[in-house]
Amino acid sequence: MSEQQTLWQFMSMESDKLLNQTLQHIGLTFISLLFAIAIGLPLGILIARKRKLSGTILGIAGVLQTVPSIALLGFMIPLLGIGAKPAIVALLIYALLPIIRNTYTGIIGIDKHITEAANALGMSKLQILLKIELPLAMPVILAGIRTATVINVGVATLASYIAAGGLGEFIFGGISLNNTNMILAGAIPAALLAIILDALLSIIQRLDFKKLRRILTAFPVALVLFSALYILPSAYGSGLKAGFTPEFMGRQDGDLGLKSAYGLKIQTVVISDAVMYQAAYSKELDVISGYSTDGRLKAFDLKILKDNKGIFPPYYAAPIVLQSSLKKLPGLEDALNLLAGKITDSIMTDLNYRTDYLHQTPTQVAKDFLIKNKLYKTPRNGNMGTVKIGSKIFGEQYILAEIYSMLIKGNTDYQVETKTGLGGTKICFDALVNNQIDFYPEYTGTGLLAILKPDAKLVTKISSDRDETYRYVRAEFLKKYNIKWLKPIGFNNSYALMMRQKQSAQLNVNTITDLKNYLDKN
Amino acid sequence: MIELKQVSKKYGDTIAVNKVSFKVEEGENLVLLGTSGCGKTTTLKMINRLIEPDGGQILINEADVLQQNPENLRRGIGYVMQNIGLFPHYTIEENISVVPKLLKWEKKKTADRIYDLLKKLHLPENILQLFPSQLSGGQQQRIGLARALVANPAILLMDEPFGALDNVTRSKIQEEFKELEELKRKTIVMVTHDVLEAFELADRICLMDRGEIKQIGTPKDLLFKPANDFARKFLDGQRLALEFKVIKISDLWPNLPNAANNDAKALNPAMTIWSVMEMLSSKGTTELSFVNKNDERKVVNFNELSKAFNEYKKHLQP
Repeated sequence: MSEQQTLWQFMSMESDKLLNQTLQHIGLTFISLLFAIAIGLPLGILIARKRKLSGTILGIAGVLQTVPSIALLGFMIPLLGIGAKPAIVALLIYALLPIIRNTYTGIIGIDKHITEAANALGMSKLQILLKIELPLAMPVILAGIRTATVINVGVATLASYIAAGGLGEFIFGGISLNNTNMILAGAIPAALLAIILDALLSIIQRLDFKKLRRILTAFPVALVLFSALYILPSAYGSGLKAGFTPEFMGRQDGDLGLKSAYGLKIQTVVISDAVMYQAAYSKELDVISGYSTDGRLKAFDLKILKDNKGIFPPYYAAPIVLQSSLKKLPGLEDALNLLAGKITDSIMTDLNYRTDYLHQTPTQVAKDFLIKNKLYKTPRNGNMGTVKIGSKIFGEQYILAEIYSMLIKGNTDYQVETKTGLGGTKICFDALVNNQIDFYPEYTGTGLLAILKPDAKLVTKISSDRDETYRYVRAEFLKKYNIKWLKPIGFNNSYALMMRQKQSAQLNVNTITDLKNYLDKN
Repeated sequence: MIELKQVSKKYGDTIAVNKVSFKVEEGENLVLLGTSGCGKTTTLKMINRLIEPDGGQILINEADVLQQNPENLRRGIGYVMQNIGLFPHYTIEENISVVPKLLKWEKKKTADRIYDLLKKLHLPENILQLFPSQLSGGQQQRIGLARALVANPAILLMDEPFGALDNVTRSKIQEEFKELEELKRKTIVMVTHDVLEAFELADRICLMDRGEIKQIGTPKDLLFKPANDFARKFLDGQRLALEFKVIKISDLWPNLPNAANNDAKALNPAMTIWSVMEMLSSKGTTELSFVNKNDERKVVNFNELSKAFNEYKKHLQP
């Protein structure tokens, strides 16, 4: 009961955002649907006329459908930038197949005697299409539109990855911030939206011909009206545009801190960490929230703005392990601690640079690193049990997971199973708590702010001192979750605001205060 | 008037219609008869260009159909098909109004014409707001006919128009069809595989096999002057019934005994043997009397009828 209360409280507290995101979500879904119909319907008609083309066109639409949505959004950025355009194009690509296929099936499924009669009465080809074929195929076409709508409501959640808004902002923000209420505040409206739209369209689909005709004239009007709901996030006066990850948006050492400590007011969109650097490089964004050790910093020629008020304290990275796993797998702790203190900030940045920019595989980078530091040993191929390693979904974590994997194989008789690419802090941490993985590399700041969430007073007291933070999370994790923080790996990772080198020099913006002053002036 | 000159149609290597030529006079009813696959339907559909011929010429009132806009051509030709092909999403009224709408008739004119047709086809007015699926098969076929007739086309093409109906409904609609004044003025080309139907409705029959015309002539020609073995064998199964349907009392006139009395209910000798026999067996009477234009009177019973019929056939043998 209390859980529901808090969800309700969260939703009413964030009702402005929720309404805005829901409208954006509906808008995105319908704009892309509108375009998908505008393209899919004529294509479906075309292949119903020229059946030889049907295999090719349905094949292409089918292949497009199988491209993973995140990958598709990634492909769009160099072509269309970030924001609404690429999101709409990606959504329309997913909606295309059901619409083309159902238009085609609907038309070729019409009793051929009916079209022959229409022909024999002297109707023109266009009249036959508009008055006979499309109305008779309409229930099947509507079924296709219905499928496309439900797909779109689902895929539109991913639009928040590329700063196009929608309910995905809450969902992915919630996953990153380990905030169940936030996830549900996005997921429940999205699910309801899918169910309601599905039900509405199923009613239209089952109407008899007479009523259908009247509804069908209203349908395009409704489509356009819904599309108009999509209003881009309102802009502040300045010309600069920021892209922050959903996690950054909700953290005290993130957007909240920027607002309270610096009073920074900048036009902000929510965007996935995976595409953020690329977007900054291609001038879609001017300011982004990155990680201080990220290799793409070097790769994309970005500059860290100095945090002159110290809202991004440095945090240690260290593996966190289930106590039960340490007991079950003796020798594991020693193997993991081999890495303690070995990776400094500059080494981590370099390792990240190798994967992000030189496109070496994490395995290769990990092996090279270990050999260089004389830590590499040939795998023992032992059979004493299996260690399950987890990692979050960004580059640094893949490399760390590989390094740990090699250390375990070379120094113990365990086999290794890696579960890399776990979506966010919540997914990773839940996997650990539920014994799906034995350990993963975590950051003390995330442990403090996203998992433990102590009150603000305590946070300000301890978060300025990284050793104090480490001691606090170590003690609390052991007490609360029976999870042990091993020795820090050495590097500090923290959030950082970044700009393009060139722009920073041009505007003479070197610190966050510079940025605020620049924004206030313009 | 319709004229086909050396019309051919090929599908790949198979010749569906091979150099077919015939003329249909104004007001005439020509029936294309043959087994399935003989090319009769293809021939019919080439007349309104539902199928485009590969060779030859088709003239309607001396104008080449291939030179005309196909849509305009079809709007001027009624078309009735076996599967009826009513539009399931149109009401009956909308179904019948298709061609008048295409021809941009005034609403009043269309409505008047539809009511006129409904009356002639014995259909209730409240049927107009229904959808085709709410009608019986016989009603649907009548609507199909109404749709073809509504714009008063001079020509009517019918593709197995009674093929989808059960036997009882079919003979009833065939009767109505024969009685319909509208149809008597029209030039009709009709396709059927049913020999009895062809003999019942045709002025002339065009017998086809494997894309070629085997014989073209009146029902009597086909029966008594078969042009070849195919024509003879095609009718063999139902020969006697066909003869009864074709031969009239007037044909047997000389062989029938004169009547002594002056029966006031004397009948017209244009009746076929078939219908006379039906009357004799149903009315419970043993005799029927006839009177011709010259006021000659004859009397007929079963015995006399079969005797005269045999005499008549003996005459026909060469």
